[in-house]
Amino acid sequence: MYTQAMDLMAREAKPKVVKSAEDLQREEAFEARIAAGEFIEAKDWMPEHYRKTLVRQISQHAHSEIVGMLPEGNWITRAPTLKRKAILLAKVQDEGGHGLYLYAAAETLGTSRDEMTEALLSGKAKYSSIFNYPTLTWADIGVIGWLVDGAAIMNQVPLCRCSYAPYARAMIRVCREESFHQRQGYESLLTMMTHGTAAQKAMVQDAVNRWWWPSLMMFGPADKDSPNSEQSMRWGIKRVTNDQLRQKFVDATIPQADILGVTVPDPALKWNAERDAYDFGEIDWREFWAVVGGEGPCNRERLAARNKAWDDGAWVRDAALAHARKQATKAEAA
Amino acid sequence: MSNPKNEWPLWEVFVRSKAGLDHKHCGSLHAADSAMAIQMARDVYTRRQEGTSIWVVRSEQIVASDPAEKGSLFEPADDKVYRHPTFYELPDELNHM
Repeated sequence: MYTQAMDLMAREAKPKVVKSAEDLQREEAFEARIAAGEFIEAKDWMPEHYRKTLVRQISQHAHSEIVGMLPEGNWITRAPTLKRKAILLAKVQDEGGHGLYLYAAAETLGTSRDEMTEALLSGKAKYSSIFNYPTLTWADIGVIGWLVDGAAIMNQVPLCRCSYAPYARAMIRVCREESFHQRQGYESLLTMMTHGTAAQKAMVQDAVNRWWWPSLMMFGPADKDSPNSEQSMRWGIKRVTNDQLRQKFVDATIPQADILGVTVPDPALKWNAERDAYDFGEIDWREFWAVVGGEGPCNRERLAARNKAWDDGAWVRDAALAHARKQATKAEAA
Repeated sequence: MSNPKNEWPLWEVFVRSKAGLDHKHCGSLHAADSAMAIQMARDVYTRRQEGTSIWVVRSEQIVASDPAEKGSLFEPADDKVYRHPTFYELPDELNHM
């Protein structure tokens, strides 16, 4: 899974503090390292804005993984076979793992896990808009694997070369696991499209119709509306623009839809031989901004579920800590 | 909630991928104690047969070299080519010495 392009949140102006000569020198050295394609490690000096941008992007990404467990978790108890249930459990567990890799990477930048959790639970932090859509049928689970994880892979592969090394390392691990997610989803759909009843095939098409546009929205606002992209590209936090990634996703996905025997709900979709790419319709940006702004079909439900999980788990966290402290005291006394 | 005292401590995780290889650092996680840290490391870092052995150590216990001293620590090795076997040119008939 993947978070939205970071431009949504990276709006704050560059800090206008007067910089000392020493800071300017450090900044220059930093820029030179980035330009030379070097990786930045946690303890290396970095500009405050670079640090903040990364904390925001990585924590949003982590939140997305965690919230992303909810729409799929919805179907674990209703998976049609034991095989599909085991696969779905493994996938949802992976998403939890991805969230943990990413939180750990963000923590190397000096933010605490509790601060990040607090930001998610209070609604201050964002997560990918895609998870604010409901999973209405079993076919949604297959479509999420195929389209949502497919879009995630497009987005995440370039992040394996992110200039911030702990993030890049986490992304390498995530990408290694993500391919399973997409393939299991596609295979599940393929099974329904090849061996399923007419009703099951219609269910797959319906799921594709509902998830297609939200999947395209995962790549974030259009380049012309991403004012901070340029800085992120220069700093090597971002490697490919939102629109480039979106195009790449469409070009890769349409042939897969053909093999599956489904169509995507876009009358403007057409192969453009001149560009050697698909032309496609305009995203409904009003819907995009509404979902990002908290007005999607499931925003409230998702946050409520995370808050409930956190509150219900409080006694477990406290008890584990109390036990660990007691054991430590005993060991000291002995 | 944001009381940092109630946050589980951070652990660094090292995994031996198979017998005969070194344990390698693979990430970190929060856990209340060492037993939980091992259990969680197993769930987070070895879901796909990535490990046969796990070490965990409290992050605060790690002593690291200072990045600012990278130059003085490591650059002296740059000009000591004679420490490498390839520095020495020997006759071919020696084969592989």
